[in-house]
Amino acid sequence: MSDQDRDNPRRDFLRKSLTLIPVVTVASTGLGGSMLMATPEPAQASPAKAPASEKAYEPSYFTAEEWAFINAAVARLIPADAQGPGALEAGAPQYIDRQMNTPYASGALWFMQGPFNADAPPEMGWQSKLVPKEIYRLGIAATDSWSKAFNGKTFAGQDSATQDDLLRRLEAGGAETGEHFAAVPPKIFFNLLLQNTKEGFFCDPIHGGNKGMVGWTMIGFPGARADFMDWVERNEQYPFPAVSIRGERA
Amino acid sequence: MATIMKKVDAVIVGFGWTGAIMAKELTEAGLHVVALERGPMQDTYPDGNYPQVIDELTYSVRKKLFQDISKETVTIRHSVNDIALPNRQLGAFLPGNGVGGAGLHWSGVHFRVDPIELRMRSHYEERYGKNFIPKDMTIQDFGVSYEELEPFFDYAEKVFGTSGQAWTVKGQLVGEGKGGNPYAPDRSSHFPLESQKNTYSAQLFQKAAADVGYKPYNLPSANTSGPYTNPYGAQMGPCNFCGFCSGYVCYMYSKASPNVNILPALRQVPNFELRPNSHVLKVNLDSTKRKATGVTYIDAQGREIEQPADLVILGAFQFHNVRLMLLSGIGKPYDPITGEGVVGKNFAYQNMATIKAYFDKDVHTNNFIGAGGNGVAVDDFNADNFDHGPHGFVGGSPMWVNQAGSRPIAGTSNPPGTPAWGSAWKRATADYYTHQVSMDAHGAHQSYRGNYLDLDPVYRDAYGLPLLRMTFDWQENDIKMNRFMVEKMGKIAEAMNPKAIAVLGKKVGEHFNTASYQTTHLNGGAIMGTDPKTSALNRYLQCWDVHNVFVPGASAFPQGLGYNPTGLVAALTYWSARAIREQYLKNPGPLVQA
Repeated sequence: MSDQDRDNPRRDFLRKSLTLIPVVTVASTGLGGSMLMATPEPAQASPAKAPASEKAYEPSYFTAEEWAFINAAVARLIPADAQGPGALEAGAPQYIDRQMNTPYASGALWFMQGPFNADAPPEMGWQSKLVPKEIYRLGIAATDSWSKAFNGKTFAGQDSATQDDLLRRLEAGGAETGEHFAAVPPKIFFNLLLQNTKEGFFCDPIHGGNKGMVGWTMIGFPGARADFMDWVERNEQYPFPAVSIRGERA
Repeated sequence: MATIMKKVDAVIVGFGWTGAIMAKELTEAGLHVVALERGPMQDTYPDGNYPQVIDELTYSVRKKLFQDISKETVTIRHSVNDIALPNRQLGAFLPGNGVGGAGLHWSGVHFRVDPIELRMRSHYEERYGKNFIPKDMTIQDFGVSYEELEPFFDYAEKVFGTSGQAWTVKGQLVGEGKGGNPYAPDRSSHFPLESQKNTYSAQLFQKAAADVGYKPYNLPSANTSGPYTNPYGAQMGPCNFCGFCSGYVCYMYSKASPNVNILPALRQVPNFELRPNSHVLKVNLDSTKRKATGVTYIDAQGREIEQPADLVILGAFQFHNVRLMLLSGIGKPYDPITGEGVVGKNFAYQNMATIKAYFDKDVHTNNFIGAGGNGVAVDDFNADNFDHGPHGFVGGSPMWVNQAGSRPIAGTSNPPGTPAWGSAWKRATADYYTHQVSMDAHGAHQSYRGNYLDLDPVYRDAYGLPLLRMTFDWQENDIKMNRFMVEKMGKIAEAMNPKAIAVLGKKVGEHFNTASYQTTHLNGGAIMGTDPKTSALNRYLQCWDVHNVFVPGASAFPQGLGYNPTGLVAALTYWSARAIREQYLKNPGPLVQA
């Protein structure tokens, strides 16, 4: 990983105190909104415009401590870098918080009748009794407790390199996490966090993520255009910017 | 106590393709028909309204149109020695829900069948000898021939508005150099519409396949290449390759569905009634257990309703048909130890392999462009188009690029070795999302003594009834074929000269993975055939044991096909409906004497 912004003090400050930052009004992209100061750097290298946001979002499910974790973690999973804005700038934390109030987060889309066999092999699919809301609550507490055991700092308080290291160890199964993860397997927590972060980076902005369509712009996905009759047979780069369901243009 | 409704001539369980076709055919014959669909009413408006439907999170990721498995799912185990566990999240397969069923959210690849696959056991025994078929492989003949089904394939394509290129029509060569398939059986007429355009990815596959000596052809697609009006007067608009096809309601009226192609005609007739939110619990039998008297269902308010009928059509998804037969006591349940019984027997799937090729930025595959049925394929290794003798496995596989549209949350992929997150993931995703080709070997899957369906002893649905249990795993023949197909398709991928290749094939000893999407092409469990000892249905899809119950659908296939099943499902349903109209209604009783 070659993050140009690693340990950039300003970004670090922004990340930790995100909910406290006042917003500044700017002439925006036609949304009539204002802009959060978490502008990606270096701005001139970013292919996408800076993201726009209405005002600082107040989480409805996550506690202040959990919210600090979510903001810190998504900024490492999809960092702002030379490629453009990351998941934090795209509004992934807001997206994930909003998802916590949907049937999905309560496990209502899944068959959740017992008995459960949480130790079944992976090819048997999801066999845990846990649902996304619980996985976040337990997983964030476990990660912070594990993180504090190193140097007294929560995950959000660690520097970027340490955060990346902790995430890599969770991804690998976190065998060394010990009793901190007694209630939730590290891999289940990590996979859910990564999946939801990618959703928040790439979903239609109507769901609260992918602000300014920065995720789509990065990869060249045209969003809700959904009409390519004249482009089917061509070996050419598609020239038009993304549009959203609400009609915003990137 | 159940409320008893007025008796009707025919009740249809499920309103997907088979339910809609049967409803149309039986109302044409003058019957009063009621269709019971357990899911909600759905249609192009409002469910496929633009731009709301262009929403990957809601449809592909949260799976809006698929079966609500919080109420009822299946349990799965790999062998009789394992304890089955519920399929708690949709993964390997995605059955539909609501009006249109899986026919509303399918892709639209619309094949016929390779004629030898209808007489699979006879053909292999004739060409390779009886000992070539593994001992526990229970493949059978369908009991109906391609020649008998041809008029029904032809009519179904006209109803669906299918785009494609014939190879021969009435024996005359018409498709050479135009994208026809030299391995395709003869046809009585051209496709209703010419082939769809080919994406750049499909063009790359076409050239590479020809370069290595294979014979590429255009996939037959139930996505329209132009405007179309079908024999029922239903109108379709030209497909614009929007890329939101499989898993979505088509906003363009371009993808054939029961909702677009058949329901508008049924709405015009007074002798048809569609009742959504009606969940059928069982087929009711009389005291002899040889005749059905109707069905019992739960309505939207949870009330138990009995619908008496002279004729019962089970037109639900493959495994729901089998479960309803088991719950109702129709036919003898299959026992894998003795090999006796028929209901649940010969459960088969699809044997998939995928290769992804990654390119530099001068190759613009623009993977957001797509249509579910379009593409370029080769049949050089499908069915029995090559000599299986030296290879020692049964079955074949078409191979293709079928670019249906990939979207960013679930549809990005990177070369092997790329991290799953961080700046390296970001860079690779930006570099490769619009510069990659995905190709599939869509292998036929055979039936085996140990792969079967029955009722689960532990888990129950929201109404207290046992879930269906799948006992299923890959067998040696499947792995052998899969590895052979990967090698053959690998030659095409290499001929494209990509920067990197990812191979997703089966390894020796690999178990069925319930979490990873493969296809929704599930077959068997209520199979058709010529002998009541080895099949649940006769060649007209009529239950051997209960003559006024007919069971159309892929549940009737004795084994899986190389091709996608919907074309054969539709043709068999029209074939069965013809038999009901011309023979059964005049003289209700068994159409074939056991």
